[in-house]
Amino acid sequence: MINSFQDTPAQAAEMNAALSELKTVPGPLMKALQKAQEIYGWLPAPVLGHIATFFDVPLEEIYGIATFYSQFNLNPSGKNKIGICLGTACYVKGSGDILKALEEKLGISAGSTTADRQFTLEATRCIGCCGLAPVLTVNGEVYGKLTLDDVDKIVSKYRD
Amino acid sequence: MLERAHILVCGGTGCTSGNSNKIYSEFVEHLKANGLDKEVKIIMTGCFGLCARGPIVVVYPDGSFYQHVQPEDVKEIVTEHILKGRPVERLLHSEKQEDGTRKAINETDFYKRQKRVVLRNCGIINPENIDEYLAYDGYKAYEKAVTEMTQQEVIDTIKKSGLRGRGGGGFSTGVKWQFAHDSQADQKYVVCNADEGDPGAFMDRSLLEGDPHAVIEAMMIAGYAIGATKGYIYVRAEYPIAVERLEIAIAQARDYGILGKNVMGLGYDFDIELRLGAGAFVCGEETALLQSTEGKRGEPRQRPPFPAVKGLFGKPTLINNVETYGNITQIILNGPEWFASMGTEKSKGTKVFALGGKIHNTGLVEIPMGTTLRTIIEEIGGGIPGGKKFKAAQTGGPSGGCIPASLIDTKIDYDNLIAIGSMMGSGGLIVMDEDNCMVDIAKFFLEFTVDESCGKCTPCRIGNKRLYEMLDKVTKGEGTMEDLDKMEELCYYIKENSLCGLGQTAPNPVLSTLKYFRDEYVEHVKNKRCPAGVCKALVSYKIKPEMCIGCGLCKRNCPVGAISGEIKQPHVIDPSKCIKCGACIQACRKNAITK
Repeated sequence: MINSFQDTPAQAAEMNAALSELKTVPGPLMKALQKAQEIYGWLPAPVLGHIATFFDVPLEEIYGIATFYSQFNLNPSGKNKIGICLGTACYVKGSGDILKALEEKLGISAGSTTADRQFTLEATRCIGCCGLAPVLTVNGEVYGKLTLDDVDKIVSKYRD
Repeated sequence: MLERAHILVCGGTGCTSGNSNKIYSEFVEHLKANGLDKEVKIIMTGCFGLCARGPIVVVYPDGSFYQHVQPEDVKEIVTEHILKGRPVERLLHSEKQEDGTRKAINETDFYKRQKRVVLRNCGIINPENIDEYLAYDGYKAYEKAVTEMTQQEVIDTIKKSGLRGRGGGGFSTGVKWQFAHDSQADQKYVVCNADEGDPGAFMDRSLLEGDPHAVIEAMMIAGYAIGATKGYIYVRAEYPIAVERLEIAIAQARDYGILGKNVMGLGYDFDIELRLGAGAFVCGEETALLQSTEGKRGEPRQRPPFPAVKGLFGKPTLINNVETYGNITQIILNGPEWFASMGTEKSKGTKVFALGGKIHNTGLVEIPMGTTLRTIIEEIGGGIPGGKKFKAAQTGGPSGGCIPASLIDTKIDYDNLIAIGSMMGSGGLIVMDEDNCMVDIAKFFLEFTVDESCGKCTPCRIGNKRLYEMLDKVTKGEGTMEDLDKMEELCYYIKENSLCGLGQTAPNPVLSTLKYFRDEYVEHVKNKRCPAGVCKALVSYKIKPEMCIGCGLCKRNCPVGAISGEIKQPHVIDPSKCIKCGACIQACRKNAITK
């Protein structure tokens, strides 16, 4: 947990505007969390508290939703997000080996961030370009038809 | 002014990943540079289906089908083809007829056996322009339903067509509509399930990306038939292009008075709101999806009451899958008899499959129900690459099963697939060859379900975990014959006792591989051997001395220094250092390394 979280006035204003817009929408909690993550990049605890107060629901309910869905991040992520696709088409073409190579290269396991906050490594569900399998994405950019040799090249391309 | 040529650039996710946005902008630039921007129109369309050969560009009126187009090829297409009328031969597809001339694209092996009903507009219209949808009979089905048919007549038409839910279960769509219609309430809802989560499946995404208005119109027809004025589309957040195009489509429809109050001046209200998922596979299950649409944890609940009685916000709700909706407008316009003329006795119409894995033509195919697996794999799919042997096809994702090579002549429909221990599922079809280990595949799917189980009911939460552990033992060579029997027993227990579809079908991959590939399990257990060479604990890498020429490539590529040997002498692998990564096999040009 990062205790030193402090949002900027611009962020706070944007969040509050989004919340008032959601005031009359039925079933607004997921939308509120999605908006918060869009603004902050992750879901800091004080923001969860703010949403709970705003909609007058217990914080545990908000926390329950935030932890149920894999796309909500309760920790800030690294500068570069690497997602390796473990959809079936990629898996049968060897994306499991590519993931292992990435884990070794970065020294972290899937779902975590390097200590220097350079990279977050994620094993993702099918991203839908099965024709290019196996694929990975870095910050949304797609690298397809991967071989083990590509791992080093791709990581060093993004490392500062 | 009418343009003299149209250039269609595929904007599906596959081609977009291959940089088709850049290709589009290059076309805009080069057409302008040559003063052609007024006479040639360029359109970004939905998916053409042949993702393996993307990015794809098609030029009309002649219908030239360009594949593997790169941004740097655009200049040549514009100056040679558009300006001088000479198609760029090297980028055209290569299938020829007997007389040596090139086949028309719909005569090629990939397209010839397909029948595009759901995907009729994908790769043809610009999904971001409502006028193009309108030009292709858009919103005429809604008009026909509302002005010429009663609510009951619409429902009877859908019933008569024999359409069954395309999300996997295969329940009669018309009967579902009837239930929702018969429930009395002050407010009802129409929901579209676009939470396509099966790994390797992308049919719904392609339809939403390529023809979003078709889904919107079908929901409007459903709204009229059951008496609902509000619709929700629940779509995966992992599909940014689909979300964006849906947002555009909804906004344009509102602008045109097609969504909102007194729709098209015909006297009924209907509006649609998008809800985004946040990465939970279980939300594809209908009761979980409704929970999530309400903004809560996506946990399924017991049925009955069914959503048609008590659904979203406690009101009667009709929930159908994207592809199911994709059929509706065509059934209304062409009549139920037309639809029922396609397919088999109990499965009517067509089915879209996402073809992937070890196959040449990965992509999206739409075939009449009853087409055999052999036709899909050998003709449409173009067979297995590298001369490898077909081993199994996996349908239905984590809920389905593996179909062995011996059943390749099975006619694909709902009931046949169930009968052989798989299921239609949403339409992922993954082809596997002799290099895939079936125990490993079963373990892969189980790992997925264990990860995605919501944890609400015990058989699914704990049962699947235990099942996974047993599979893991087998892949490590630590399993016993008794484990195999225990696994089978546990599978049936989980199927019978789980709360929702996720748990009830989760053991299917294990059961079907146990049934058809038991030998492979036994091989892992008794001989501690993985015949396909996939399970790492059971393989050891060796260099065949008689084939090794001592070039040193493997030694240089080994990340852990496990290979030693003098130049021009056979090399050896030290098994205590080897991490079995496979880098040496990839590097060796003499195929001298075995596992």
